[in-house]
Amino acid sequence: MSIFAELKVGESLPEIQLSPVTRLDLIKYAGASGDFNPIHTIDEEAKNAGLPAIIAHGMWTMGSLAKLFTPYVADGFIQDYSIRFKGMVFIDDILTLKASLTEKDSKELTFTVAAVNQHEKDVVNGRVVFSKYVSE
Amino acid sequence: MLKDTIGKRSEKVKNTIERGAVKKFAEAIGDLSPVFYDEEVAGTLKYKRNLAPSTFPVTLDFGVVPELPLPSKGLIHGEQSFHYKRPLFVGEEIYCFTEVKDYYEKTGNFGEMGFLVISKIGVDADDELIFTEERVIIINEAVRKGMLV
Repeated sequence: MSIFAELKVGESLPEIQLSPVTRLDLIKYAGASGDFNPIHTIDEEAKNAGLPAIIAHGMWTMGSLAKLFTPYVADGFIQDYSIRFKGMVFIDDILTLKASLTEKDSKELTFTVAAVNQHEKDVVNGRVVFSKYVSE
Repeated sequence: MLKDTIGKRSEKVKNTIERGAVKKFAEAIGDLSPVFYDEEVAGTLKYKRNLAPSTFPVTLDFGVVPELPLPSKGLIHGEQSFHYKRPLFVGEEIYCFTEVKDYYEKTGNFGEMGFLVISKIGVDADDELIFTEERVIIINEAVRKGMLV
């Protein structure tokens, strides 16, 4: 479907609930991203940094949230994506990814986006502008 | 002092958007769509090329800003944004650099916090902008005192 033709302001993209966060998820992200800060993978280092346990990379959550838009790459691309990191994500947390359309014109769709944990708290939230490809 | 680093930038570094790295990254964020790595699927897309995920630039080399002595521990990543002029494509060669955009301090519940705004920029071979990344890094008082060498 064309996201531009069919989605109305106030409507949301289908939510995605992620599997509980695992240590392996964070080890894989460390490897793929090159962010080896040990507070994301090694319990003792997290405790030394004053954290209750290891926490997910904020950019892992931000990266995951963007997948809501992947089904629509035939229509356009993520032009702007901005996020505030609001809360920590721990192992076994269950995140739900959400995007709802707040503004629309012929070229751009503006969404508010969030990843929400099992306590209904936003761990990240922000905004995505999804832009139609320019015809050549 | 961190304020003196505003405007400083790194040298440009050439980066190749590697198919294998893109695929591994897509898998790590749980978004292993063929649009990111499958050449046949690329043929069905607008630009006939595979795309990189929007947050993929975090993997790239943006060089090092001279005289920016950031500690490896104790920094808080407060905000992050990406702005794209066009999608980033698998296989292309781009040039990346980083720049200190701003630094300011605010007093809050946790004492005096420093806010460092870092821009990371990707351009093509003709120096045309592809994307800008911006991050706000929060530095607390204890960490900042440790940095004053």
